[in-house]
Amino acid sequence: MDNSAPLEFHFVVDGNDFTSAGEASVEVKKILRRIGLDSEVIRRVSIAMYEAEINMVIHAGGGEADVSVTTDRITLVMTDKGPGIADIELAMREGYSTAPDNIRSLGFGAGMGLPNIKRYTDELHIESEVGKGTKITMSVNI
Amino acid sequence: MAPYKHSVALDTEKCKGCITCLKRCPTEAIRIRDGHAVINSDRCIDCGECIRQCQHKAKRAVADKLADLPFGKKFVIALPPPSLYGQFENLDDADYILQGLLDIGFDYVYEVARSAELVTEYTRQYLKRDDIRRPVISSACPVVTRLISLRFPYLCDNLVPIMPPMEIAAAKAREEAMAKNPELKSEDIVTVFIAPCPAKVSSVKNDFTGYDSHVDYVVAVNEVYFELLGAMSKIKTPSPISKTGMVGMSWAVSGGEASALLNDRYLAADGIENIIKVLDELETASFPFLDYIELNACSSGCVGGVMTVGNPYLTKVKIQNLKRYLPVMQNRPSVEEAKHIPEKFEYRQQEYEPVSRLDSDRKTAMSLMKEILALDERLPGFDCGACGSPTCRAFAEDVIKKKAELEDCAFLERGNKKKKSQE
Repeated sequence: MDNSAPLEFHFVVDGNDFTSAGEASVEVKKILRRIGLDSEVIRRVSIAMYEAEINMVIHAGGGEADVSVTTDRITLVMTDKGPGIADIELAMREGYSTAPDNIRSLGFGAGMGLPNIKRYTDELHIESEVGKGTKITMSVNI
Repeated sequence: MAPYKHSVALDTEKCKGCITCLKRCPTEAIRIRDGHAVINSDRCIDCGECIRQCQHKAKRAVADKLADLPFGKKFVIALPPPSLYGQFENLDDADYILQGLLDIGFDYVYEVARSAELVTEYTRQYLKRDDIRRPVISSACPVVTRLISLRFPYLCDNLVPIMPPMEIAAAKAREEAMAKNPELKSEDIVTVFIAPCPAKVSSVKNDFTGYDSHVDYVVAVNEVYFELLGAMSKIKTPSPISKTGMVGMSWAVSGGEASALLNDRYLAADGIENIIKVLDELETASFPFLDYIELNACSSGCVGGVMTVGNPYLTKVKIQNLKRYLPVMQNRPSVEEAKHIPEKFEYRQQEYEPVSRLDSDRKTAMSLMKEILALDERLPGFDCGACGSPTCRAFAEDVIKKKAELEDCAFLERGNKKKKSQE
């Protein structure tokens, strides 16, 4: 097996089942632990992934997550075919949320998802087109 | 690091090699090899779930026997836990149990519930500090502290830095016995904890938190139960020994410890699967509305330990009845002690033991992980356990690590057919 190729894995985030949201980030955490990464790095990755996963379920009806690990960084690519983000700058603002009331009543939708992702990652890149979907690429340096 | 000494043992004669414990072990520490279960001691957290689930009584908890105790040779102190109080029918006074312990040969009794009240007060004070990591997690359940050190390293600093009530009780019992019997020397005394679960036995056997345990022997609740029943039936009027309040007794039941903190910002979870879910969420999400987390590996709390006798739900009711007319709290640290938790009762944080690491070299670990994931893709994904590993992923790892053969998978063909037909 090629040792220099990144370690890659793929998850489907189920948009129909809100109660299973967050499961992919637990799976990623398990795998990263087995590689023996520093616990702080694992935590940052799992928080960023958790937030992105929750966003996908709340706003986009699910999506896909691709994780790639090299010796110096972990990259997460989260892709969905949801409504897209009209104003990314506004969406990045703490406290700004478009989550519906039923989601807020569960304690989500505080407008901290994207800001938290930015806080816990080293790089964040958002591509989004209204009506088409959103692709979030983020990475954490090891 | 010294190997971890466990208190869960297997009788290979009785073990049928079925997959009940394999599938229920929360840390995937069990494999079936050569027709019987094998426990990986690096991963076992002594939660007792396999003992609870085994229908063939092949798993058992190992603790000291009453016959092992040096009665008559040493000054033997019993440390009964609050969960013991709920094991008996029609009991309206804990003194019957404590008197019973003296009658079966113990020289002195010190209730662990008393030190639980001290821990409650220390914790109340600790929660007032603003330089601590919140939410604070209780360190009373040894399964939880070991689980955190193995799997949730980030949460090590959230553990309350106070020794569990059992340890404080053992230290206090010694002091109290020597104060009352000035002729006693420390080396004449042995302390015996009466444990509801194997994890407590292990926490005494292993000085894994870096301190010497103050407890010398650990016997099971179900070991003293029948002896006690006999002795208790002969008691007409017991001596007034019990000095515990409602708070101390409540520690036996899930939620009792946390509610005694007089702080509504707490969460109490019980049952090993549930606490793992809570820890997973705590590590990832933030919970600013929580100050305290009480976690008990056994359902219902310590009353659900595998070394107890009664149904945990009935035990809970009996404890409610027993504590009804007790004062709220009967044990308090001195004002000074409550402000500065005595150093001897401080609990050092667990060090992260990276047992789940595939290899100490990260590059090697990564390429092993790649091989495991690639092989996992080829497996049927039934997680049937027939190969002797708990899941297909675990089997893939065992094969890559040459601890299992790919031929051990009984459904390799069937799984591949299904995958092909879907393509």
